[in-house]
Amino acid sequence: MKLVVNEQEYDVDVTPDMPLLWVLRDELGIKGPKFGCGIAMCGACTVHIDGRPVRACSYPASAVQGPVTTIEGLGQPDALHTLQKAWIEHQVAQCGYCQSGQIMSAAALLAANNNPSDAEIDTAMSGNLCRCGTYPKIRAAVKSAAEALRSESVPVQNESEGTA
Amino acid sequence: MSTLGKITRRTFLVGSVAIAGGVAFGYWKYKQPIDNPLEADLDDSATALTPYVIIDQQGVSIIAPRAEMGQGVHTTLAALVAEELEVSLDAIKVLHGPASNAYFNAAVLEEGIPFAATDVSRTAEMVRGFTKVPAKFLGLQITGGSSSIPDAFYKMRTAGAAAREVLLQAASAQLNVPTSQLSANDGTILASDGRSVAYTDLAVTAANIEPPKEPVLKSRSQWKLLGKSMPRVDMVAKSTGTAEFSIDVELPDMLYASVRMNPRLGAPMTSFDASKAEAMPGVKRIFQVNNGVAAVATNTWYAFKAVNAVQCNWANASYSNDTNGLLAAVQDSLSPDHQDSQFRDDGDVEQALQSGEIIEAEYQVPYLAHAAMEPLNATAWLRDGKLDIWAGNQLPTQALKEGAAITGLDEENIRVHTTLMGGGFGRRAEMDFVIQAIHIAKEFEGTPVKTTWTREEDTSHDFYRPMAVARFKAKLANNTIDTCDLHLAAPSVAESQMGRLGVPVAGPDIMIVQAAWDQPYSIQNYRVTGYRTPKAFPVSSWRSVGGSQNGFFHESMMDEIAHAGGLDPLEMRLQLINHDVSRKVLESVAEQSNWGRALPDGHGLGLAFVLSFGVPTAQVIEVAAVDDTIKLIEAWAAVDVGVALDPRNVKAQVMGGMNFGLAAAMMGEITVKDGEVQQRNFHNYPSMRFNQAPDIEVQVLENGDQVRGIGEPGVPPAAPALGNAIFAATGKRIRELPFSKHVRFS
Repeated sequence: MKLVVNEQEYDVDVTPDMPLLWVLRDELGIKGPKFGCGIAMCGACTVHIDGRPVRACSYPASAVQGPVTTIEGLGQPDALHTLQKAWIEHQVAQCGYCQSGQIMSAAALLAANNNPSDAEIDTAMSGNLCRCGTYPKIRAAVKSAAEALRSESVPVQNESEGTA
Repeated sequence: MSTLGKITRRTFLVGSVAIAGGVAFGYWKYKQPIDNPLEADLDDSATALTPYVIIDQQGVSIIAPRAEMGQGVHTTLAALVAEELEVSLDAIKVLHGPASNAYFNAAVLEEGIPFAATDVSRTAEMVRGFTKVPAKFLGLQITGGSSSIPDAFYKMRTAGAAAREVLLQAASAQLNVPTSQLSANDGTILASDGRSVAYTDLAVTAANIEPPKEPVLKSRSQWKLLGKSMPRVDMVAKSTGTAEFSIDVELPDMLYASVRMNPRLGAPMTSFDASKAEAMPGVKRIFQVNNGVAAVATNTWYAFKAVNAVQCNWANASYSNDTNGLLAAVQDSLSPDHQDSQFRDDGDVEQALQSGEIIEAEYQVPYLAHAAMEPLNATAWLRDGKLDIWAGNQLPTQALKEGAAITGLDEENIRVHTTLMGGGFGRRAEMDFVIQAIHIAKEFEGTPVKTTWTREEDTSHDFYRPMAVARFKAKLANNTIDTCDLHLAAPSVAESQMGRLGVPVAGPDIMIVQAAWDQPYSIQNYRVTGYRTPKAFPVSSWRSVGGSQNGFFHESMMDEIAHAGGLDPLEMRLQLINHDVSRKVLESVAEQSNWGRALPDGHGLGLAFVLSFGVPTAQVIEVAAVDDTIKLIEAWAAVDVGVALDPRNVKAQVMGGMNFGLAAAMMGEITVKDGEVQQRNFHNYPSMRFNQAPDIEVQVLENGDQVRGIGEPGVPPAAPALGNAIFAATGKRIRELPFSKHVRFS
């Protein structure tokens, strides 16, 4: 089967029931998405298919139609996504294992809505478990990133008009 | 992977012989330096004793030989060295380093002695000193017990200072100026004449200079890094998916395995039929390992599917078949013939309880799983008479021993690569998953094999936080607590855990009464008795160990007594507390939470205070109750760590510890049926979710007399603070965990 992951094309030969997560990790060597539960209960494996957040552990690779983006495709240490910058600014991670999935869930939320309410953040993020208990920092980072995205998306001209 | 394997001729090590405390007791061997664990990787030019600093042409690396499982220990340990070495944290590499007795943890046994952390008497200090001796001979390179920072505080600063002195002398020789005209700053030695030389260019000269044994350490006012919030060294990697956990280890031509052990824990497998599984895609081989089966395949998914398709016949459990039977054993052990300890017996409890109105209650808590986000896994590679093990683990020296026992190789031919951990919480101090991985790799000599557990295997094959039961009787007089008699029964973690390490443990298990017997209250008649439940179901250390249940027991009891007497729970504690550092912690949390304020209808505030691992910790939680549904609104915590080496990280650990404790208190429960753990995954072993987590404000105080670790102390007060808040909001006293048996959480 053919897959497009982080804008690169791959051809893999696996059984049709094999979840996308294990194709990414064991066949393609893309290790950012993590295995946590295997039943879409923890969100550690969250990736985007066509921009939508998906639990890769429970999504057969053969059913993927559309480009896949993993945390590696979102940003890199030397080219960080706004959310990753916010994660670093707020020093969110502890063990860090769930954070790829957290960031991917947050990225899908903010791509659709750069001014989410607390309730909307709750809804988007409650599928991602964190056993270290970093939730309050995740919330703060999502809000910071949303604010940064809003100021990026507003042209400077409009901003000066707004304050005039 | 670690760069330690690639150290070149130009590399040298700067060591230090510093060993903290405990050397004055005549144990001459205790003073003897341990062989440098890095020497196998070095050539003739390398000289060192206790190595924490490596400088080569590429730069400066610091060895932080404790497990990074989220607590930020790599950053703080590296900062201890970097502070004295005069390098910035972003200019260095931090490595865990190899498994070695040289990195033994001198502080880890301190919590196990019958002297309260508040006891600074000569005897207590002497016994504390003695605990460092067995710690060295056991070669315990262990991460746990919130001991990494107390252990390293002197040792690693000294290592950094010794390195700095050597570099100054090397620069003196190279630039031909006296050291008095040189200074160290930001990875460079500067001469007063304006010349400078980078540390990396001093490596060759420095290799021949003996490090000073007792270099002068900076005073606190000279610190540039310590005492300030530092960006964690692992933060960028953990925010970009590039951090390498053991599950991410990838080696040439690697194979992938998964296992299924007898769900009746510890009992043997009687037979198995792998014929169906062997025919499945990608399967290489299926065979027995320990008390179960392993499937080895070409990827993890094929291994999962195959191992689940094996038909296994399991022998029966050696312990009681169900939760009720296990609970009955704990309850039955709460009797004089099972008494294990009575470290506190103030006044005359028996006499006092003869008269007056007695308040009494019984409490219980369930078994708990660790449920770290990264399921257990390890990789092993046996080839050419050498064994390499990659594992996120809290006890690498034990991994070394297990590797030697299984393969027959000498320990010098075995390397343990300790990776970052996707959570540990005590689970990764157990060796079962490492042992399996070595056995499996032995079957495929020459090929690296990664063994990954399913979440189901991980949840149902844990070594659990023990089930425990408490009974108390108390009496009020003169508007305060007059008598308090607390009885605590639980299986022994030390007996179960140390038994698996082959270390005999004599005497009482202080963990049964931890964080209850040693609380800083002056109560007229005050007794805490521990009872040991006979060994049965496997138990182990779970973040804060005995504190995880005893904080709940002791602090729910205090709240019950206060309410029975119409006393304010805060005022009552302040009146009884005999430890100034603890008093200030209570006062701080009261101020932050505005204790005593008028609350909206249905809201309640709960307070708990626990001194554990030497850290007084007070927490207040505000809840709102609508019918039987509880919402956690906000939480406050105050701690005293003596010296806050990294205040933001201390706060993060208290926040995380509190949430870890709350998750368990709200909904954590392991039950047993037919000898098998019934919980399999996060659907029936749930944890706190994003929308349930309150904001937590943490205050960090520094009145304590010494630096303390903070990985665990945030946990014990969480459950009682929540229980007391639920009582305040609803009038309902819940005496068993999890609370979800009686209320719902939104």
